[in-house]
Amino acid sequence: MTVFLENALIIDPEAGTVTAGNLVLDGGMIAAIGAVSAPKGAHVIDCGGKHLAPGIVDMGVKIGEPGERHRESFRSAGLAAAAGGVTTIIARPDTNPAIDTPEVLEFVTRRAAESPVRIHHMAALTKGREGREMVEIGFMLDAGALAFTDVDHVVTDTKVLGRALTYARSLGALVIGHPQDPGLSKGAAVTSGKFASLLGLPGVHQMAERIGLDRDLGMVEMTGVRYHADQITCARSLPPLARAKQNGLDVTAGVSIHHLTLNDLDVGDYRSFFKLTPPLRPEEDRLAVVEAVASGLIDIICSMHTPQDEESKRLPFEEAASGAVALETFLPAAMRLYHAGVMDLPGLFRAMALNPAKRLGLPQGRMAEGAPADLVLFDPDAPFMLDRAKLHSKSKNTPFDGQRMEGRVIATFVAGRQVFGEGNADA
Amino acid sequence: MSFRARHLLGIQHLAPDEIRAILDLADKYVDLNRRSIKKSDALAGMTQINMFFENSTRTQASFELAGKRLGADVMNMSVAQSSVKKGETLIDTALTLNAMHPDLLVVRHGASGAVNLLAEKVNCAVLNAGDGRHEHPTQALLDALTIRRAKGRIQRLTVAICGDVAHSRVARSNLILLGKMENRVRLIAPPTLMPAGVAEFGCEVFDDMRKGLEGADVVMMLRLQKERMDGGFIPSEREYYHRYGLDAEKLAHAKPDAIVMHPGPMNRGVEIDGEIADDINRSVIQEQVEMGVAVRMACMDLLARNLRAERGARAAGVMV
Repeated sequence: MTVFLENALIIDPEAGTVTAGNLVLDGGMIAAIGAVSAPKGAHVIDCGGKHLAPGIVDMGVKIGEPGERHRESFRSAGLAAAAGGVTTIIARPDTNPAIDTPEVLEFVTRRAAESPVRIHHMAALTKGREGREMVEIGFMLDAGALAFTDVDHVVTDTKVLGRALTYARSLGALVIGHPQDPGLSKGAAVTSGKFASLLGLPGVHQMAERIGLDRDLGMVEMTGVRYHADQITCARSLPPLARAKQNGLDVTAGVSIHHLTLNDLDVGDYRSFFKLTPPLRPEEDRLAVVEAVASGLIDIICSMHTPQDEESKRLPFEEAASGAVALETFLPAAMRLYHAGVMDLPGLFRAMALNPAKRLGLPQGRMAEGAPADLVLFDPDAPFMLDRAKLHSKSKNTPFDGQRMEGRVIATFVAGRQVFGEGNADA
Repeated sequence: MSFRARHLLGIQHLAPDEIRAILDLADKYVDLNRRSIKKSDALAGMTQINMFFENSTRTQASFELAGKRLGADVMNMSVAQSSVKKGETLIDTALTLNAMHPDLLVVRHGASGAVNLLAEKVNCAVLNAGDGRHEHPTQALLDALTIRRAKGRIQRLTVAICGDVAHSRVARSNLILLGKMENRVRLIAPPTLMPAGVAEFGCEVFDDMRKGLEGADVVMMLRLQKERMDGGFIPSEREYYHRYGLDAEKLAHAKPDAIVMHPGPMNRGVEIDGEIADDINRSVIQEQVEMGVAVRMACMDLLARNLRAERGARAAGVMV
């Protein structure tokens, strides 16, 4: 079916522009863009002068399949993503069991078909994410794994890591690291400092991330692997990252939307929904990292969507599980950066859609003829109060519950088909 | 009466006049406790449950005695060896107890913030008897009462807190209370036992004990946990005693009339010399135990008054 989207403010992350225009979607692709008129017989949707951007490509989403389907299924994650303007989910392998064989990968690929948005998978780097033996990287690549990562399990044995990276390099595989020194960060619940001391919670110094990053960058230099640091959250980590890029290493870095919009004080009175990995940082770090995203030093913003059930969060802070759901709040939270004037809309969608797609070798993230018609129509100024009970995720552990937010998704399209919003085919 | 709180979770939430109100009432209970008939009916008809997720003989006994002297029905739940072992969560345990309609819940738990979490889920008044490394408010209040009775005031004093500050809820609560009452606080500890960011708390930080004790009115020693003695945080027990154990020579750097305090139980020969601990002219360690019962009586009495007022108002249909 041909779809005609008229009267939109079109965000082009590549060109860095926001321009009024129309869009023709045909065969799942963007067929025409700009001052075009409606083709004969096209289904016309009036965008009402709202913003239209490439759908978000979210690199690092935890889905509870296999193992924890009560927390999130492919279906519930897909519905949440569609409601949040996320059109491509890059699922994490920190499942139970881990996605560490081609067979498990095939299973999740099959299960993912029930999601209304696109889902791609990452695979574990080592078997069981235990840091001892590398997975079948070749088979897994053939089966569609986009990247290899042990997520928050750091491979401590550098011999094992070195071999895995060397092997991955020979196949051109992307490896995603979690920069964190496991010794320093062991048992930590928050970032160390005055606030942690006041609450009496075990803290970790920012240096743990920097040491982890320094080590990983050394391993990258040694092996020549394509490397992405999942979350860079501290000011101290930025100079080594900048140096690595200047030296021509094939390195990119990401950060979660929570670390860009919240700080360590938000934990307040032991609110376990604010317990994340790595922990929230002081305001100075947050500001430095926001600036690094704006300047392009940090390439990618992701949601780090981590569903947790109520029971695992309703515990004393130290014992509570870590992580927050974010698929649905990703875009409104990102609008905080836009409204604060620190990033413009094309810049945000560069970090949320274009850059992750490019890094993973996907055609998404572009607003151009011939690009996939994965789009989000939204109003960056529409205010609302977030009610966690209304989230589509099976788990409701959002730190934004009860908060005032701006930025509502009006409609989401995947391959030219509307998957969220009024008149959506799935509704 | 200026004490209005529903729970006593920490010193952090108390205003200076609330602290004074507690201490003033506690003074009266000290007198009561010294009589041969030590009985009041402030908590008559009320049920007090002591829920200790961490074992503690001294604090639990103090709370139990305080409740009994006020006429409450006191029940001790040794949660350390009961349902929690069977996998019941803290909140479920709290809800179970709540269904028995207690009026006062005295809770000690090993995790910071656990008592705050529990307080959100129950209808009665909750009294924090120590949570993780966070707060131990009645200890700070009993220390304040001890100081006030020994020194005649609880402001403009120089108080040195010495020992394992990093892992101590006693130190945290005392630091906050003494700061609120406008005292000069010094923290003395090896850097491995000093919490991060502590210099921003408005206190002075020393790793040289003699310098830290210079001119102090009060010397507050902290207990060093056995498991922290060997290699992990400090090289050895004997090196710790040599550098941070309170003996006559180091105490000589404090004011001649400085008092010595310790929250107990003491490790004689580790953080404090036995002779100093027993010196009736310097040590107020036994007084601290006595003040403990009185302060806990005062806290529970005040919480019970607020609870009654709240229930009365609700029965009368007034919004509270």
